[in-house]
Amino acid sequence: MWKFTRRDVIKTTIGAAAASAGGALLPGHVMAQQAPKLEIEKGAKLRLLRWSQFVQGDIDTWMANTKKFTEKTGVEVRVDREAWPDVAPKASVAANVGSGPDIILDFFDVPHLFADKLVDLTDIATYLGDKYGGWFPVAERYAKRDGRWIGLPLGAAGACMVYRKSHVEAAGFKEFPKDTDGFLKLCQALHAKGTPAGFALGNAVGDGSWTYWLIWAFGGKIVDDNNNVVINSPETIKALEYAKQLYPTFIPGTLGWLDPNNNKAFLDGQVSLTNNGISVYYAAKNSQDPKIKALADDIEHANFPIGPVGRPTELHLFSQAYVFKYCKFPNAAKAYLQFMWEKEQYEPWQEASIGYITHPLKGYEQNKVWSSDPKALPYRDTVKNMLWHGYSGQLGYSSAAALNDYIVNNMVAQAASGSKTPKEAVEEAEKRLLRVYKV
Amino acid sequence: MTHSVPLWDRLKNHNGVLSVLFMAPAAILLLVFLTYPLGLGIWLGFTDTRIGRPGIFIGWENYLSLLDDSIFLKSVFNTILYTAVATVFKFALGLWLALLLNRHLPMQAIIRAVVLLPYIVPTVLSAIAFWWIYDSQFSIISWMLTKMGLIDAYIDFLGNENNARAAVIAANIWRGIPFVAICLLAGLQTISPSLYEAASLDGANAWQRFWYVTVPNLLPVLSIVLTFSILFTFTDFQLIYAITRGGPNNATHLMATLAFQRGINGGMLGEGAAIAIAMVPFLVVSTAVTYLGLQRQKWQ
Repeated sequence: MWKFTRRDVIKTTIGAAAASAGGALLPGHVMAQQAPKLEIEKGAKLRLLRWSQFVQGDIDTWMANTKKFTEKTGVEVRVDREAWPDVAPKASVAANVGSGPDIILDFFDVPHLFADKLVDLTDIATYLGDKYGGWFPVAERYAKRDGRWIGLPLGAAGACMVYRKSHVEAAGFKEFPKDTDGFLKLCQALHAKGTPAGFALGNAVGDGSWTYWLIWAFGGKIVDDNNNVVINSPETIKALEYAKQLYPTFIPGTLGWLDPNNNKAFLDGQVSLTNNGISVYYAAKNSQDPKIKALADDIEHANFPIGPVGRPTELHLFSQAYVFKYCKFPNAAKAYLQFMWEKEQYEPWQEASIGYITHPLKGYEQNKVWSSDPKALPYRDTVKNMLWHGYSGQLGYSSAAALNDYIVNNMVAQAASGSKTPKEAVEEAEKRLLRVYKV
Repeated sequence: MTHSVPLWDRLKNHNGVLSVLFMAPAAILLLVFLTYPLGLGIWLGFTDTRIGRPGIFIGWENYLSLLDDSIFLKSVFNTILYTAVATVFKFALGLWLALLLNRHLPMQAIIRAVVLLPYIVPTVLSAIAFWWIYDSQFSIISWMLTKMGLIDAYIDFLGNENNARAAVIAANIWRGIPFVAICLLAGLQTISPSLYEAASLDGANAWQRFWYVTVPNLLPVLSIVLTFSILFTFTDFQLIYAITRGGPNNATHLMATLAFQRGINGGMLGEGAAIAIAMVPFLVVSTAVTYLGLQRQKWQ
């Protein structure tokens, strides 16, 4: 164990210590990677703003790990929490006024909105990547800008298909379909049996992300590699035609569904299939209500079916941390992040979070959270399977605006419900995207 | 020999200086918290500012783009519909409630306090309650109607565009009635009973007493309350944001919620500001019509 005096802390680099402690624990890892030398500033104190926990184990372990960091380094870390949609506006204000939390744990591409105001995290990101088997490509996409790391990926609150095994079997499917054709047939069969599916088609920030999967699965995308708007394509129209067939199989009301609706409907037994994080399963498993608890045995998870493009095209709530340049103690901030991402801290935290967050580092695939309960296994691959929401263009002002303006969600909802033809819906989306991508 | 008066004493006794000094705190507050944000909003509306990036002046581009933006035009329609329908119902029901409360009732103070409850409850809490009431799977209204055998399937309150509009308007009416009722009640209580007695002696019936005594005497209060009610309703944000987030298919987006969605969540500060500023002409016209129009009635 480390023995730190205050003087040691100032002189010694925490990174080197963390490397020596963590590297030996990784199976098959012969030599510990060289940690960046981070001389923690004298009297350093940090303030972190992060999203409120989805599961209690997350924050309990996060705080315990933070306490460990404080004990080892003497650096106090104040952790503030906000509902996750409120973090980005606060970060934006902090970036604009140059004052506020030192570190922010946020979702999606927010750091790309003020990249020049952020501390370069390339050294710790490179170190962690080298040490833990590398970052998944989407993690690099979210965290890097112009070759430097402006964020440190934490992972994604992954979503999977959550379904009732008995209902799927009763509908004539021995296993969950792996392609979109089979998926449509399953939804139709479930509807025929009176045990329908339900997917959010309202302005749902998280659970509405299935609409991106749908468009990408058929080869559609909002922009090309050079950020040219290409939504108006035969592939998108095909996806919308598919949505039109899918929508009548849903339980009524999904056009107005926000994020919590599908959880409630599923746990009440009104829908047999939806998309969600692992929280529905754990809510059932830990419920005091015997009726809901009994559901847990019947719940299964599967990754999103693959469309005609022939590869996974998922989108999940991706989280990353970033440090503002106005932070007076950037080395302390980096040391804190590095410490929290090390295996000794990250894996127990991920486990306590019951797998709600899927790792961005390939080396954490062996975490026992994925093997202790086989039902959690599909969530392991959600980061590996995902694309970034501005696919296949660059992340930044425009991709953020497009996501938060629900352009894709509304396009799919309009076409699916028949309030517009697929052609009309895609034209309206194209018009809005052209505006949003006019930087 | 002349006696010189110290400068401070001269200033203290100078009416012009004193009036400036007394007005200064209010003027500073107005400048800092009203004029500056409004001015900044107007400026941002003429720029392409995004969160994290200073913008450049782009003239009327934001406004011209909005004129060709079907979602913005839909939000203008929604806002006018929302304000008009909700205001009419809030005033009709609010006035009715005020007239009832103006009678001598047992436990009058308690009843008046209870009437205020919808207005006192934080908007977000009442919005969440309505969100449950309108839930497509768990609505208590649908449940009751089903149990009573009046409907076969649950009503899709928030998944159907017109239903969703009606649902959020109903929530706004429920929340706004107490404000109107209590303000009008205060106005009713300023009307001298002798006027009603005189009218009764002249043979006026209940309707005539209401139309020729109550209404003219209530107009000054009515004009103020109507103005504020229109302002509050037109700029409503919380109810919509908590119940529908502007959906389904943008059917319940008001100008305020769209401005927030695009300006803050979407980071397009310039366009968000332009949407917010586009509300000003509507507000000015409605204020002028209600306030000045009704005030003139009083002068006549």
